[in-house]
Amino acid sequence: MLRRRLNRLLGGDERRVDSRTIYVGHQPSTTEAFIPPKFCDNRIVSSKYTVWNFLPKNLFEQFRRIANFYFLIIFLVQVIVDTPTSPVTSGLPLFFVITVTAIKQGYEDWLRHKADNEVNKYPVTVLENGRRIRTESEKIKVGDVVEVNEDETFPCDLILLQSTRDDDTCFVTTASLDGESNHKTHYTVPDTEKDLDSLSATIECEQPQPDLYKFVGRMYIYKNGQEPDIRSLGPENLLLKGATLKNTLKICGVAVYTGMETKMALNYQGKSQKRSAVEKSINAFLLVYLCILVSKALVCTTLKYVWQSKPGQDEPWYNQKTQREKESNMYLKMFTDFLSFMVLFNFIIPVSMYVTVEMQKFLGSFFITWDRDFFDPEIQEGALVNTSDLNEELGQVEYVFTDKTGTLTQNNMEFIECCIDGFQYKYRNAETELDGFSATDGPVSKLLEKAGKEREELFLRALCLCHTVQVKEPTGLGQDQTDSIIGPPHEQRGFIASSPDEVALVKGAMRYGFTFLGLESKKMKIMNRNNDIETYELLHVLNFDPVRRRMSVIVRSKSGETLLFCKGADSSMFPRVRQEEVEKIRMHVERNATEGYRTLCVAYKKLSSEEYARADTDLQAARLALQDREEKLIAVYNQVEAGMTLIGATAVEDRLQEEAAETMEALQGAGIKVWVLTGDKMETAKSTCYACRLFQRGTELLELTVRTLEDGARKREERLHDLLLEYHKKAVQDALPIKSGGSRGWSKANQDFGFIIDGASLSMVFNSPESSSSRYKNLFLQICQNCTTVLCCRMAPLQKAQIVKMVKSSKGSPITLSIGDGANDVSMILEAHVGIGIKGKEGRQAVRNSDYAIPKLKHLKKLLLGHGHLYYVRIAHLVQYFFYKNLCFILPQFLYQFFCGYSQQPLYDAAYLTMYNICFTSMPILAYSLLEQHICVELLLDNATLYRSIAKNAMLRWVPFLYWTVLGVFHGLLFFFGVRFLFGNPALQDNGQVFGNWSYGTIVFTVLVFTVTLKLALDTRHWTWINHFVIWGSLAFYVFFSFFWGGIIWPFLNQQRLYFVFANMLSSVAAWLVIILLILLSLLPDILLVVLRKPRGPHARQRKAGESGVGGAKSSARPLLMRTFSDESNTVV
Amino acid sequence: MASGYNAKEEDGHHSGAPGNGGAGAAKSKKPDNTAFKQQRLPAWQPILTAGTVLPAFFVIGLIFIPIGIGLFVTSNNIKEFEIDYTGIDASSPCYNCAQNFSWNSTSSCSCSVPFILDQPFESNVFMYYGLSNFYQNHRRYVKSRDDSQLNGDQKSLGNPSKECEPYRTGSNGLPIAPCGAIANSLFNDTLELYYLSNGTKTPVALTKKGIAWWTDKHVKFRNPGGNDNLTVAFQGTSKPVNWRTPVYELDPADPENNGFINEDFIVWMRTAALPTFRKLYRIIQKKADAPTLASGKYVLEVSYNYPVRSFDGRKRVILSTISWMGGKNPFLGIAYITVGSVCFFLAVVLLIIHHKYDNRNSSADIPN
Repeated sequence: MLRRRLNRLLGGDERRVDSRTIYVGHQPSTTEAFIPPKFCDNRIVSSKYTVWNFLPKNLFEQFRRIANFYFLIIFLVQVIVDTPTSPVTSGLPLFFVITVTAIKQGYEDWLRHKADNEVNKYPVTVLENGRRIRTESEKIKVGDVVEVNEDETFPCDLILLQSTRDDDTCFVTTASLDGESNHKTHYTVPDTEKDLDSLSATIECEQPQPDLYKFVGRMYIYKNGQEPDIRSLGPENLLLKGATLKNTLKICGVAVYTGMETKMALNYQGKSQKRSAVEKSINAFLLVYLCILVSKALVCTTLKYVWQSKPGQDEPWYNQKTQREKESNMYLKMFTDFLSFMVLFNFIIPVSMYVTVEMQKFLGSFFITWDRDFFDPEIQEGALVNTSDLNEELGQVEYVFTDKTGTLTQNNMEFIECCIDGFQYKYRNAETELDGFSATDGPVSKLLEKAGKEREELFLRALCLCHTVQVKEPTGLGQDQTDSIIGPPHEQRGFIASSPDEVALVKGAMRYGFTFLGLESKKMKIMNRNNDIETYELLHVLNFDPVRRRMSVIVRSKSGETLLFCKGADSSMFPRVRQEEVEKIRMHVERNATEGYRTLCVAYKKLSSEEYARADTDLQAARLALQDREEKLIAVYNQVEAGMTLIGATAVEDRLQEEAAETMEALQGAGIKVWVLTGDKMETAKSTCYACRLFQRGTELLELTVRTLEDGARKREERLHDLLLEYHKKAVQDALPIKSGGSRGWSKANQDFGFIIDGASLSMVFNSPESSSSRYKNLFLQICQNCTTVLCCRMAPLQKAQIVKMVKSSKGSPITLSIGDGANDVSMILEAHVGIGIKGKEGRQAVRNSDYAIPKLKHLKKLLLGHGHLYYVRIAHLVQYFFYKNLCFILPQFLYQFFCGYSQQPLYDAAYLTMYNICFTSMPILAYSLLEQHICVELLLDNATLYRSIAKNAMLRWVPFLYWTVLGVFHGLLFFFGVRFLFGNPALQDNGQVFGNWSYGTIVFTVLVFTVTLKLALDTRHWTWINHFVIWGSLAFYVFFSFFWGGIIWPFLNQQRLYFVFANMLSSVAAWLVIILLILLSLLPDILLVVLRKPRGPHARQRKAGESGVGGAKSSARPLLMRTFSDESNTVV
Repeated sequence: MASGYNAKEEDGHHSGAPGNGGAGAAKSKKPDNTAFKQQRLPAWQPILTAGTVLPAFFVIGLIFIPIGIGLFVTSNNIKEFEIDYTGIDASSPCYNCAQNFSWNSTSSCSCSVPFILDQPFESNVFMYYGLSNFYQNHRRYVKSRDDSQLNGDQKSLGNPSKECEPYRTGSNGLPIAPCGAIANSLFNDTLELYYLSNGTKTPVALTKKGIAWWTDKHVKFRNPGGNDNLTVAFQGTSKPVNWRTPVYELDPADPENNGFINEDFIVWMRTAALPTFRKLYRIIQKKADAPTLASGKYVLEVSYNYPVRSFDGRKRVILSTISWMGGKNPFLGIAYITVGSVCFFLAVVLLIIHHKYDNRNSSADIPN
């Protein structure tokens, strides 16, 4: 990162020069002295550390975390000030934490180094002085001529000089850059030398900038002594690092930007750190505990000085102070006393919790990757976890924002039907596609029954010709003969196109007997129904663009006819065709649209030779224009695409993802609000929503779209205002009384409304004049929040993020989740609390920016309802338990101060203080937090409503926190005073011998360890062998350790405090009895609570889900003993 | 952040060479179907319900109440007699000693405290001394010792731990053995017990063996250079400031009880948990034919050396018999009875609730 910043800085220096000059092949162009300009090398550095700076840098970064810093301070206080516990007690855990984290980060950085190396050492071929030199990617310098083979990625940003394709083009996919998986055509610099060795040229281009689609440059080509030829360079000449060469055998290009200056590297933006709500709760709790800690220390310090003020207490004859203590300043003494108490009680803030939480998240995320339910055989991949920090957030989701295409739907287009001249043709025997094709009397004969044969064939020819699809050439060169034209089944023919719709259309035409065979040197070959090959000369392609929303081709048939075929969206086509045909087609188109199909209209036009000649010259002229090329081209296109004849329309289905509807239903059942954010048309999106059961038949749709806004003569703004108010009244105000009527109301109140808004209206809401903007936003938000489903169509990517942001920052800051598969979803994925990428067809951009990636939408259900729920429960319990166990650990120590003259005497031995959190009680909770399934996954998936039981951070709110704290206090008091009363007579052995203070502490500690562990055992609902092993193992380890620790005179210890203390304790019956009693008494409230709470068994759960919550609460609240006999007799009758 | 960037790179290259990955690489991506990885480990799923908890409560109640009663009875059967001989009141026999205490006096002040035992003490009687308001658990005090010195380490003998300050070196600059505040404040009253019968004073035999933990006596505490000649072994050390005699003269009569392994010393060195504590002083062995301590008049002869008035302390002597659960302490018995009764009571209440609840449920289910 530093390096990049440095580069940026250097870049900043360079930028003043404004452009860079590159000598192609490093050949000095002129007689001028050749000074090779300095550019950065082609190394990619994404790692953070090197071997040398790892330790200092990593330590520095770790101690920037507030918790680590706190513990460091405690440690330093212990080292400097004379404190009750040795520095080891806090130093060791801190060391442990730091080490574990450092190892984890070191490992991650090692992986990055490895990945960097893989990229940097990737073999490339550089042409130098006519020789081909194999070298490593990192050694490429600016100006090198690099050779790239098919299916390789470009090692740096290159200017295309040479391609093996005849037409001086090459095809490229930029899927890993912007998520567009289609093939893009790039062009060589025109009229360059074919022999690159003799090429002498310089390139002048702008300094690196992150915009992927902008590039300006000039190339000067020197030919022995002549004035240099100047060629202008644009983005079409630039091959970006990270893109992959397709369908082209080999290209040569000159490196212009390398390493961290490539557009890809510049485009990479660090993801902002997402923090989970649980972490925020932890911090809040931490603050409470910090207050407890400080107040404890304050109380003790104050009482200490009150106690000392009594004569004879401070310094009795048997316990004189040292000279230094006597001399030290009283206020300084007070301060160090305060610090000492802080140190003594600092264990109340659990260091190990951070480690355990981190480990739980890190290890826990493996279960998501390992889950076979997430494995998709189609792409041979399972789920991917990019951030393990958000596991529990998956259990807290309140809003799901989903993309439509590729997420709800498969983005797998299938030709469903077409209509020719108003007659409908349906092709519906998908399962026997081959048969359907071979049997000429199948669908084809059906075809013959309706429209005229000529029209049909014209329509099919149009489908076959009007596209930019390419037939995928066989990869191996020698395998040409196997792909003979008539040989293999044509269904398996691979088509490559910029949009899946086009492939669907070509395939659809193929089913009806017209097969597109390919484009060879401007000749399109199609095979018609009679298996004859027709050849058309492709004259012009009028490319698709989103403004025109149509595309056309001009072809010349063998018979010499010049034809223009055009296809496009209905709205753009209808005005350009003869009106009499429109009506019969329009009906079909609209019906298809409401059924959720994507529709296109197809038209044609015969061009007379004069017409064509004029169009041809116009097009040529526009293409060559240097200024306003785009505008001129569009003008010509519009001129040509006029007065066409409408032949028909097609309907292509974008099929729903597997189990999309079930998933959405489950999410809604879980109380999650689903918003669909799509760039698609409203009708299509709406139908998808219906298909996904997001809208139900009973749902009342509130529309706020351009259509509803353009009602009447009034201004849009007014109408917007009125509509918003009206909807608000409907959805919010009228719903309220029902809502307050009872808790069962939510389903009733919200079920009825679905809200639809489109991009234009949304921007009106957001961008309306200052005064009303916030008001509109508020109204809009309130409406949306009262609808079960909100559909936003015609969204730009940024608007998607805007919406997510708006909901995220609304009242109660609900947890949002975005799910999408394409590059256009990245912004909302990054914006939401949890971003989920689908490993779909639109590249990997979304996956890469997501926190979790799953192969299919249907996996979302298990991810949220299963894993999310479990992880939330696990981590919530983990956090609460940690605070609890440290509270009841330290409370006896605090209470002991009242009995030892506030002298900071620790109750427990240093070994116990240190090991408590590290060894004795850490493993069971870790095992619990990884393995617990309080309700089994199947049940969670079946009963989506269970998800609601943990909504709104239910287990980490103040009430449960208070419960755990009270429990901790109760246990602490019990432990301390139980043993205190026992020690009323310290003669506890049957030989009359007495126990001392270390025995006291050991008894308390034993009770503590057992109680805390058994409390967890009591909470464990899912006992695997690991739980058994870890829980009983920890207890056994404690006993073993205590024996061991007390069994030896340790040479390195100053004091043998615990020598045989534990063994002597166990030899005392009274100690046994008090330990058993206290453990049992401590667990009693918990056991009682479990019993008194409503039964938790699976059946009970189901029943509870069935009946309304109110009923259950009422019946249990009802005094049972007051039930009368008559009451019972009533029910029997 | 950088990892995301890498993923990009890797991906590019993967897609760059799709042929190489092949089916093998792809297959290995499929997660293993192990019970652990699929979170399907066989598990025991206990559900605590009234049905399981109720019997447990009954059982606990039924076990605890008898134990509690047993403990309570045992504790009550223990005979304990306590004499406060601090000498606060002017009427008390040790008043003079307490008043006239000074560290410098070489002769000890003696006083005799008469008392009457109403009941005879059977079995072994344990004689404790008790101190009140004596903070043996004060941090400064607790840490003021050197266990390696007490373990017979020569180096620590000559150079005690710094923790012993200000009782580390004597005024002559020699290291103190045993060093530290605990050792320095060793309880040095001598207590003797006499039975008065018909005007004659019969001394009661007091055993001083077996009052310290066995491991302390035999392992933790050791004299430097063995027990042969302690005077030589402790040469070059000075006695603790407040001691009358050096450590090698604690019990000159018995070499097994002299120096660091003196049991009175060891007992004292085990710091008490609370400011009011008792420590085992002597054991009165059971006699074969007569009660250990017959009822009647006794005199406690105290050589009063230990000042407690300065810190408002008290000194006691406790005579007590011991049961299997230790000394007299009704707490355990009461606690067990209470907890047992609570469990039992809860069990009964829960049973009623459970019974009713179940009835209602089943009756509610019938119409459905």
